[in-house]
Amino acid sequence: MHKGDRGVIFFFLLPAVLLTGVFLYYPFIHSIIKSFYYSDGMFINRFVGIENYIRLAQDEVVKIATLNTLEMMLYAVIFQVGLGIVLALLVDSIRFGKNFFRSVFFFPVAISATAIGLMFTLFYNYDNGMLNQLLVRFGFEKVVWMTEETSLLAVAVPVIWQYVGFYFVIILTAISKIPDDFYEAAQLEGITGLQKTIYITLPLIWGDVKTSILLAITGALKVFELVYVISSGGPANSSEVLGTYMYQKTFTGQAFGYGATIAVWIVILGLLFSVIANRLLKKEEITY
Amino acid sequence: MKQLTIYEKMTLALFRGKITRMVTFICLGLWSLTTIYPLFWVVNNSLKPSHQVINDSFSVATNPTLTNYLNAFEQVDIGQSYLNSFIMSGGTVLLTLLVGGLAAYVLARFRFRLRGLLQTVLVASLLIPAFATVVPVFGMLKDLQLLNTYWALIIPHTAGFLPFTILVLSSYMATIPKDLEEAAIMDGCSRFAIFWRIMLPVSRPAFITASIFVFLWSYNDLFSALIFVPQEDVRPINVLLTTVSSQYGTDYGLLAAAVTLTLIPVIVLYSVAQKYVIKGLTSGAVKG
Repeated sequence: MHKGDRGVIFFFLLPAVLLTGVFLYYPFIHSIIKSFYYSDGMFINRFVGIENYIRLAQDEVVKIATLNTLEMMLYAVIFQVGLGIVLALLVDSIRFGKNFFRSVFFFPVAISATAIGLMFTLFYNYDNGMLNQLLVRFGFEKVVWMTEETSLLAVAVPVIWQYVGFYFVIILTAISKIPDDFYEAAQLEGITGLQKTIYITLPLIWGDVKTSILLAITGALKVFELVYVISSGGPANSSEVLGTYMYQKTFTGQAFGYGATIAVWIVILGLLFSVIANRLLKKEEITY
Repeated sequence: MKQLTIYEKMTLALFRGKITRMVTFICLGLWSLTTIYPLFWVVNNSLKPSHQVINDSFSVATNPTLTNYLNAFEQVDIGQSYLNSFIMSGGTVLLTLLVGGLAAYVLARFRFRLRGLLQTVLVASLLIPAFATVVPVFGMLKDLQLLNTYWALIIPHTAGFLPFTILVLSSYMATIPKDLEEAAIMDGCSRFAIFWRIMLPVSRPAFITASIFVFLWSYNDLFSALIFVPQEDVRPINVLLTTVSSQYGTDYGLLAAAVTLTLIPVIVLYSVAQKYVIKGLTSGAVKG
C-alpha cells in the first residue's frame, strides 16, 4: 500500500456505495419492512403486522399468478434450456454456418420484450391477426387465441422463443471448450454419434447446464413485459403472473404495502426454487 | 479396432451420412425461420398502408410507402420518445461506467478489510429483482420531486446495473499486469490519472461489453419506465409503444412501424457489437 491509498479506496468506492446503498439495498430492505404496513403511497402508512401476508395467502389471484409463474418456470427449464441444448449440439456438429446461426438465434434476446409483445398481439389478434389470416387462407375458421384456457400458453410462447438463444450460446460455448483429446480417446474406443453426446459431451457441460437451469428459474420470476403488453394478465386473470399482479396492485390499486408483500413473495420463491434446483442437480462436476 | 455391434454400426453410418446432415440443417433452418420471419413480417407490413396489412399481411410490399413512419413521427411523436430513450439510457451507461469503473479499479487493485464483504454483497445483489425495490424507490423519487424527470430512470437504472458492471470490470482489470501503473506511480501520477489514462484505455473491451449490456437493459426495460417516467414529455420509447397499442390498436401499419422503429437502434447495435455481447455473456453468466 502506498501513502494516501486509504483515501483513494474511500473516494473511489464512495459514489458506487452511495448509489447502490440508497437506491438498491436500502429500498430492498425497506420493501421487506413495508410488507408489514398498510400504505396507499400518499398519506396512510400504518403498521399491520402480518395482515398483508394473511391476505396474500387467501388471495385467489395470487394463487393463480403463482401457479402461472411456476408453469412458466417449468416451460423455461424444459423448452428454453432444452431447445438451447439441442440447437447447440446441432450447431456444434456442422462445419460451416456456425456464426450465422449464432447471430440469428441470439438476436431475439437483445431486442425489447415490449416490441416483441406488440408483435405477438399483431399475430394473435382475432380480426385479421397474422395467425387468423393464415387460417382463413387455408380455408379454416378464425380462432380466438386469447381465451381463459389458452392465454397463458399464448404469452409463454414468446417468453420461451425470446430466450432460447441465450441458453443456446451458453451451452455452445461450453461445448466448444471441451478439449479435443476427449473425443479422440472416445473415437479410439469406437464411441461415436449419439453415444458420444450422451456419455461425453453432456456430462462435461453439466456445470453450464446447471447454471442455465438456475438462470431460467430466476428469469421466469422476472417475466413482466410480455404478459403486460400481450394480455395484461387477462382474460379474467388467467394469464396473470406475479410480476404483473404486483404492478397492478401497487400502481393501479394504490396498495403499496401489499405490493411490497407480493414482491417479497417473488424473492422468497426465487430463493426457494434456486435452492431446490441446486440440490436436485447436485452431481460431481467434471473439471478438466 | 474393436468389433462393432449392429446398433453401433447403424448410428455410425447415420451420423456420417448425408441424411443426418440434411436433417440437422433443416432443424437449424426452421428455428432460424422462427426468429427471422416475424421480424421480416413486421418490417414488411410497416411499409404497407394499413388496409393492405389487414387484407393480406403476407405479400411483399411491392410499393413501399413511408406513410406509417410519417404518422409515427407526426401523430404519436415517436421522435420525442426516441430522444428520451437515448438521453436516459445513454446517461445510465455513462454514469454506470464511471462510478462502476472507479469501484472496480479499487476492488481489482487494493487489498483492504471490507473487500471480501463488498464482493459477496455485489454477487448477492444480482438476485434482487426490480419488483423488490420499486415501491420504496418510487416514494423516494416522489419526495425528491424527481418523478417524471430523466433522473427518475437514470438513477434507479444505474443503481440496479452497477453490481453487474463492477463485477465484469473488476474481473477484467484483475488480469491486467501492474507494471504500467507502478511506472506511473514512480512518475508521480495521481490514482485518478492512472485510472483515467491507463486502466480505462487498457480495459476497453470490458468497458464496451458492460456498456452494451447496460444500454440494452436500460433501453428495453418497461417496468421501471412505466412507473417512474410515464409522462408524455419524458416517456421512453417502450412506454410510448404500450400507449400506441391501446390507442391505435387497429392501425396495424402504424403499430408495425412503431415496433420497427423501436428495434432499429438495437439491431444496429447488435450487428456492430455482437462480438462483445457474446463475449460478455460467456465470460460470466448474466441475465437481465
